[in-house]
Amino acid sequence: MNTAFLDNSWFRNIYCYLAGDSASCADRGYSSGFLPAGLEWLGFAITAFIIIFAVINFALGAVLVYIWAERRMLGRIQNRTGPNRWGPFGIFTSVADAIKTLFKEDIVPDDADRLLFNIAPIIMVFPVFLVLAVIPFGAGTFVLDLNIGLLFVIAVTSMSGLAVVLAAWSSGNRVSIFAGMRSVAMLISYEIPMALAVLGVIMIAGSLSLGAIVEAQDVPFLIVQPLGFFVFVIAAQAETSRTPFDIIEAESELAAGYLNDYSSMKFGIFFLAEFLATIAAAMIIVTVFLGGWRGWDPIPSHFWFFAKTMLVLAAIIWLRFSWPRLRIDQILSLAWKGLFELTLINIVATGILIAIWPEPTYAQLWIMAGINWAVFLVSIWAISKLLGTSDYARDDEGVHTLAYPVAEDELPDDLTLSKGAVR
Amino acid sequence: MTTQLRTEPITVNLGPQHPSTHGVFRMRVTFDGEEIVDVEPIFGYLHRGSEKLAEERTYVQVVTLTDRMDYVGSMLNNQAYMLSVEKLCSIKPSPRGVWLRMIAAELQRIASHLVAVGFLIQDLGAWGTPLIYTMREREKILDLFEMLCGARITNSYLRPGGVFMDAPEEFWPAMDKLLDELPARLDELDELLTANEIIFSRTKGVSVLTPEQMINASITGPMLRAAGVDWDLRHRDPYDFYDQVSFERPLHHAGDNFARYWVRIQEMRESIKIIRQCERLIEPGPVRPHHDDVPWLVRPPVGDAYAAIEHSKGELGFYLVSDGSISPYRCHVRAPSLINLTLLRDMLVGELLADMFVSFGSVDINMGEVDR
Amino acid sequence: MIGIGLLKAMKVTMKNFIRKPSTIQYPDRKVGLSGAAKNEGESIPGMVSKTPGTALKALAGMYSVPVNVPQNQRFRGNEFTWYEDRCTGCASCAKYCPLGIIEIVTSPGGFDVQQGESYAIDVFDIDIGRCMFCGLCVEACPYDALHMGSRFERSRFERASLVIPIDELREALKQPSSWFRPQFEERKYNPFKDEHIEDHHRAGRHESPSAGELDQRWVKER
Repeated sequence: MNTAFLDNSWFRNIYCYLAGDSASCADRGYSSGFLPAGLEWLGFAITAFIIIFAVINFALGAVLVYIWAERRMLGRIQNRTGPNRWGPFGIFTSVADAIKTLFKEDIVPDDADRLLFNIAPIIMVFPVFLVLAVIPFGAGTFVLDLNIGLLFVIAVTSMSGLAVVLAAWSSGNRVSIFAGMRSVAMLISYEIPMALAVLGVIMIAGSLSLGAIVEAQDVPFLIVQPLGFFVFVIAAQAETSRTPFDIIEAESELAAGYLNDYSSMKFGIFFLAEFLATIAAAMIIVTVFLGGWRGWDPIPSHFWFFAKTMLVLAAIIWLRFSWPRLRIDQILSLAWKGLFELTLINIVATGILIAIWPEPTYAQLWIMAGINWAVFLVSIWAISKLLGTSDYARDDEGVHTLAYPVAEDELPDDLTLSKGAVR
Repeated sequence: MTTQLRTEPITVNLGPQHPSTHGVFRMRVTFDGEEIVDVEPIFGYLHRGSEKLAEERTYVQVVTLTDRMDYVGSMLNNQAYMLSVEKLCSIKPSPRGVWLRMIAAELQRIASHLVAVGFLIQDLGAWGTPLIYTMREREKILDLFEMLCGARITNSYLRPGGVFMDAPEEFWPAMDKLLDELPARLDELDELLTANEIIFSRTKGVSVLTPEQMINASITGPMLRAAGVDWDLRHRDPYDFYDQVSFERPLHHAGDNFARYWVRIQEMRESIKIIRQCERLIEPGPVRPHHDDVPWLVRPPVGDAYAAIEHSKGELGFYLVSDGSISPYRCHVRAPSLINLTLLRDMLVGELLADMFVSFGSVDINMGEVDR
Repeated sequence: MIGIGLLKAMKVTMKNFIRKPSTIQYPDRKVGLSGAAKNEGESIPGMVSKTPGTALKALAGMYSVPVNVPQNQRFRGNEFTWYEDRCTGCASCAKYCPLGIIEIVTSPGGFDVQQGESYAIDVFDIDIGRCMFCGLCVEACPYDALHMGSRFERSRFERASLVIPIDELREALKQPSSWFRPQFEERKYNPFKDEHIEDHHRAGRHESPSAGELDQRWVKER
């Protein structure tokens, strides 16, 4: 039996309650569990089932609440009320939506590749649940503390790109194929800065395990690793294809992108996966950069974790409804010309600092933070210069001086009509 | 063995049921990757035969048809049609009626530009936030229209020689309140959009049209002014009392999507100035000529007339031919939306898919007017 | 530097986030504790003690209050107001209608004090399924008998029931819109403040003269 699971206090509580007389539970004080001796494997299985069941259902509920919260917040940002009809403050709106989605007709287009078409939603939602497995929701509350947790997260999330391509291709719809092409280009590009951005964190924490990273954050890594945080947040936005990177299902261009031909619960599962991915991204941002479940003591660690997650989600929603969308070439050039360089700078800077202080103390972390912030500001400034202000920044003089005051009364002399006919 | 990597262009049908074709417009687009190779616009899905219907309606009844041509600029349509009828019948309009319809037309221009800007940014993918802000301001203008004529969109406010009814007392304070707060709201919009790097990078240098091209294709309106051609009928060929008010014509030199957006934002500010002046110059009096001068059933002499105004989208003209009966023999509309679409292919070829609907939105067309 | 404009945009959206919603909830509005108490005609503590269930509902944001959306008095609603006593059956409205949706059938033999002999109106059907509410019929009416209505909630499940028959016109609530009826505006009449004009004499541009006055003017003085 894998005793690594017994480090998990959550797991251990249930397991010891069920099969208490095993040696590993001696310190718990449970004299005996329900199950007779020799059936520890059954206790183990039931415990695992209970925990997985709880986490998955918690995730589904969180998605419904998150969709509702996003719509309410969107309403207020847009000076509207938002949904408020079903249940207290409209909280059952997304439940009603889910029921509606469930009862819709399930359509598979004639041209679709049936197998891939049906399998794509499952591939989409599966990795997101896997990500939840390694996130510590509170002190000792996690499904599994993988020692390569962060690597696992990055590896598993790249599956969503595959799902989008499958969905787009199997629909047999030309507009969907655009979404597929875009997702390949974008999701793969942003894997790289995302993975490189957390390298600094790994160097300081000295571990890939998310639990160990949380333990290492005496100073939140947002402060120690500003550049890593900046790049990681942008890359996470792109990975979950939220504004300004929502080109995969760009509503005003591709109607619904790869979702064009999906209906009923398959659409529902895509929808679920998308919002769940956002929640998971927020949780990873909290875990890696904002101190995870760490907080001030009398308040339980779970509260801190979820409060921080909600804060990050609110920021993501705020961002989403404030900005327009970028174009595919701009998104890619941002990834390769901007974020990639920034992560390299971050790795070099952090590497040098770690070489000086291999195991930083509290005070040394603050010094590292100061140096990193200086690097952050300088490199952002330099990169924005390199990317070319003519592309990204505002060209004040060009607009105003020529337009105001109004030009002279007559048509300019050099404006001659060309003789060619208009097509 | 070598394998040649071969790509081929794909042809996609976009519309008429596409979320951002501003109605029922259809484009058959050939893409090479994301780049547009060819565009073939197909329209006519909203054709209702307005011009033919006008031939069997009396001159006043046709006003209701003009409301439905460009349904975000009804007052301006009414104005263009009434100018044409007045020219045909040699009617001398009452001054108060003219001032009132100028106020209505300028309010409508602001409303129309707000819609144009809102939907342009919506096409950029801003999740509806700027759109709802602009729609919120437009609602206030529509409330004013409801005070004037009891309807928000299909106004039918104008009659030969003026307007059908004087503005109610509560209209003036309400309009003052709107004009007081509108500049602040426009500034807010400016802050949200004009300085935004994403909008800047998405719209600058995209779909550039030169003045020569546009004059050749007889494109008018903010699109033309965005390329630096100072052509505004309110100034070049003043109708109504536009020669008595002063305003600036905002011009941009670039001729790209950003310039078209920018010109519209500035024109809204100028319209506010014009309304302020109208408010100062308007005097009491009848709002339409007496029945003896202009009967209910207008019966113009045999002849034809063309009158054009500066619509929010360009030059809107009505050409009316009269055979002496109570209904026009022929009514032709010079619809700016349709004519501004002429260069759609030149605008789009070579651009990317993402910019396609942005450029399309920056033309600011209205399918009701394109198909009529 | 990149990002200043983006931050400004976020500032604007935050400003709007705090602002009160500019929309109106219709047909009912969710209210909090104070709104519910006002609707029940009680003070907040009074409501909490007497009907704790209602108070709880209001606290949960589930208590709704009907909303009456006031329009402007010129608003052209989709119910017409018609005064049979003023109508002579001249069918000007039907002729002026661009769509020809008003059907009028008359028979001779009615009598009107003001006009002498007139027609009895047997059918006066308005098919609002095709109506575009331009109000030209109202403009055409020489006797101020037909007015635009101010109600706007006449939606039906069948096309056939969109026709307003004469009986419904007769019995309808007389809340005319002041579209093309300046006399209403001079009188500060507002249909959205629950004001009615049941008396057909008051609906015209001038007060109708009494029979005695008419007799004096048209018979005795001649």
